[in-house]
Amino acid sequence: MSDNSNLFDIDVPSQWCPGCPNFTILETLKKSFTALGLKPQDICLVSGIGQAAKLPHYIKCNFFNGLHGRALPVATGVAAANPMLKTVVTTGDGDCYGEGGNHFLHAMRRNPDITLIVHNNEIYALTKGQASPTTRSGEVRALNPQGTTAPPFNPLAAAIISGCTFVARGFTGDSAQLAELFQAALTHEGLSLVDVVQPCITWKPHPLQWYKDRAKRLPDDHDPQDRASALAMAMEMEETFYTGLYYRADPSPAFAGSCHEQRAYLPMAEQQGLSLEKTRALLQ
Amino acid sequence: MGEWSIAAAGTAGQGVQTIGEVITVAARKQGYAVFSWKEYESRIRGGQNSYRIRVSEDPKNAPVERMDIVLALNMEAAEKYGFLVKRDGLLLAPESSNKNALAMDFQALANESAGKKIFANAAAAGALAAAMGMNPQGVKSELAARFTEKGAESVAGNESAFQAGYDHAMALCKERRTPSIPDRDQRPEALTNVHEAIAIGAAYAGCRAIFAYPMTPSTNIIGQMAARWEDLGVFWEQVEDEIAAINMAIGASYAGARAMTATSGGGFSLMAEGISLAGMTETPLVIVLAQRPGPATGLPTRTAQGDLQFALNAGHGEFPKIVLAPSDPKEAFHLTVKAFNMADKYQAPVIILTDQHLSDAHFTQDIHPEESEPEYHLARDCENPPYRRYAITREGISPRMYPGQSEHLVCADSDEHDESGHITEDLFNTAPAMAEKRLRKIKAMEREIPEAFTHVPSKSEIILMGWGSSGNALFEAAEQLTQEGRRTGVIHFTHLWPFPELPPLQGEKLFSVENCAFPQLARLVRQETGLSFTGSVLRYDGLPLTGTYIRDLILESL
Ligand SMILES: Cc1ncc(C[n+]2csc(CCOP(=O)(O)OP(=O)(O)O)c2C)c(N)n1
Ligand code: SF4
Ligand SMILES: [Mg+2]
Repeated sequence: MSDNSNLFDIDVPSQWCPGCPNFTILETLKKSFTALGLKPQDICLVSGIGQAAKLPHYIKCNFFNGLHGRALPVATGVAAANPMLKTVVTTGDGDCYGEGGNHFLHAMRRNPDITLIVHNNEIYALTKGQASPTTRSGEVRALNPQGTTAPPFNPLAAAIISGCTFVARGFTGDSAQLAELFQAALTHEGLSLVDVVQPCITWKPHPLQWYKDRAKRLPDDHDPQDRASALAMAMEMEETFYTGLYYRADPSPAFAGSCHEQRAYLPMAEQQGLSLEKTRALLQ
Repeated sequence: MGEWSIAAAGTAGQGVQTIGEVITVAARKQGYAVFSWKEYESRIRGGQNSYRIRVSEDPKNAPVERMDIVLALNMEAAEKYGFLVKRDGLLLAPESSNKNALAMDFQALANESAGKKIFANAAAAGALAAAMGMNPQGVKSELAARFTEKGAESVAGNESAFQAGYDHAMALCKERRTPSIPDRDQRPEALTNVHEAIAIGAAYAGCRAIFAYPMTPSTNIIGQMAARWEDLGVFWEQVEDEIAAINMAIGASYAGARAMTATSGGGFSLMAEGISLAGMTETPLVIVLAQRPGPATGLPTRTAQGDLQFALNAGHGEFPKIVLAPSDPKEAFHLTVKAFNMADKYQAPVIILTDQHLSDAHFTQDIHPEESEPEYHLARDCENPPYRRYAITREGISPRMYPGQSEHLVCADSDEHDESGHITEDLFNTAPAMAEKRLRKIKAMEREIPEAFTHVPSKSEIILMGWGSSGNALFEAAEQLTQEGRRTGVIHFTHLWPFPELPPLQGEKLFSVENCAFPQLARLVRQETGLSFTGSVLRYDGLPLTGTYIRDLILESL
């Protein structure tokens, strides 16, 4: 860790279980900010509610810790109001794909300039172990003693077909690759998704080894420009978690981009309202 | 002249809207004040709808029950709306159905004069102009102005049909008592609308973004922002649902932008959690709730005041909020500026209540923007670092900065938090102190709430108490009752929460007047003042309250 990473350290006691892989995501994110030369004031973290969504409290930067499921719309509002901020969402599989599922789909289409990091532990950890949208069918969870019946949601495939131009999966057991993915996502214009496989060591839907056996980097010859093969790889999540950059296309116009350009990237907080003269004229 | 009330009725797509607008503009150009409103079914084609116009020398900005003239473009409309005609009034319809009716086959007139039945509504407009005693040239040129885009043939066809309708009706009306609307050398005040005034008022108040999901009767607010982007400069986005709408507005506002959303009851229900979020994170937010009758989908295109108690109580937990309710465009403009100012100053959600009637009605009323001034309360710098977003202060208001403004970090949390914005579980000190800090803001807010508008002449027997959209109807009812020997006063609320002061009352009979089925205002007033009511005038058929409606029910219950 470089000396610089202290820039984002903050003395707030963590509510996470000791040893949780969430800490890896946290440290990797701080390192990535540092590597990109960002300062705390440049960043705005937005989260919902869950274990994952507590992350903003543990980094020194601006943050808005909102409601369960609603991180993306809040972040979209932030990105619309101030294009100079690096807006990052940290969220869980329940927060993002469950309660916030509709926002997830539409954020992909709307394409705000946001980096979306999902701690995917296939469980609702904070509420004590219920199934999440990414829980595999047949697995036992707090409210599914006989095993879940619905098939899991496939966030990567959904993102690829919904117009997202940066789709990646990381694994907390491979922090070097995770750092690369975070940095690439943070510099991608428009919405970028990094779904992070994050074992929960307390509720243990699976033992750590189970993840290690399944997580594999995407093959070297995978071409992230090739949408069809990205989708094919994304569909293959039964036995293997392929990690890495699935899909990256040229950025499409970001949400509110033309408005930002017209206003010379001035934050809305600094813009003027309608003048008295113009108001009077419009009311005639 | 006194005043004249007219209804143009027909099926959607038959041109009722065009006739209404053309008559409105022409009457204004002749020097008259016009008040217009609409009632219509929730469908795109078919159904029977009406456009109501009240023409007078001085502005009379309230709906009325009975019409001097009803123009029915088809017989179904004549059946549905014929009862609106006053005893000595006139029904213009394709066939004669009663003693008030003049039969005029608009399609045949159009066909004979212009060669096409599609000009029937121009013939009808001509007939209406004749029956109203208007200057036909004025109406004709307004009609022409609307069809120039469609080419010379269309203009000529409309003109011939208009003339045929006009001449025909002039001959038929000779024997009747019909209105007379001669040119006046007067310029009426501006033609204004409540939702338009809210949109312009918001832009003037520095609103930079609106996020909304379409829902009648609120859609025309974001519609104004979209159609008038070049003028108003308010960024707008149609979002996936109302939950997204309110959360985006909160995100933008947290980031320092003045932001708003607008919806109707169903969408407002979805926003309730977001309202609570704005309360907890102390994020300024303006929400317009344009009411329609519920529950659930209710009557989508009709009017009601049934969401008063819901608006007052929306959002779980305890936090300060402000609820305002204009009755006309002027109040709407100034209350919108006040809403943004107060949201910013007190870092709290402000709800503006309107309804379908206000959404669609046009008033003759000037708005003087200079009477309100946008005030900005964002802190320009941190006076005693380290910056703490929720610093505890005497009035409960913490200096608000925006993220990215400076090296001071802005941390907001929906969990109970400490002064710096971090989650707390400290039940001994921090949590109660934070709850108290938020609630202390109410004391300061209360100072900006004026006494309820009161016009109670001495020795009044009756007081009518109402809020929001029914304002002018209350005054007309009081006037009628007073003229009939029952001296009546009015108390009208435009500020509903924090609850305003009331002047001392002298034992008058108190009636609440509400456009809904439960006496919700009466409940609020009783709760806040202990006053008890003699009764309530309640209207819940989806139509707006009128002076006569109120007067009749008061007389019945005395
Ligand atoms: C509207 C609402 N519904 C339910 C909850 C309860 N709740 C809080 S977090 C959570 C699930 C979190 O799961 P996930 O996002 O996967 O986060 P994790 O704890 O697993 O990191 C639920 C159901 C809530 N806070 N708000
Ligand atoms: S419950 Fe699971 S996910 Fe949450 S902190 Fe503990 S180990 Fe991590
Ligand atoms: Mg989870």
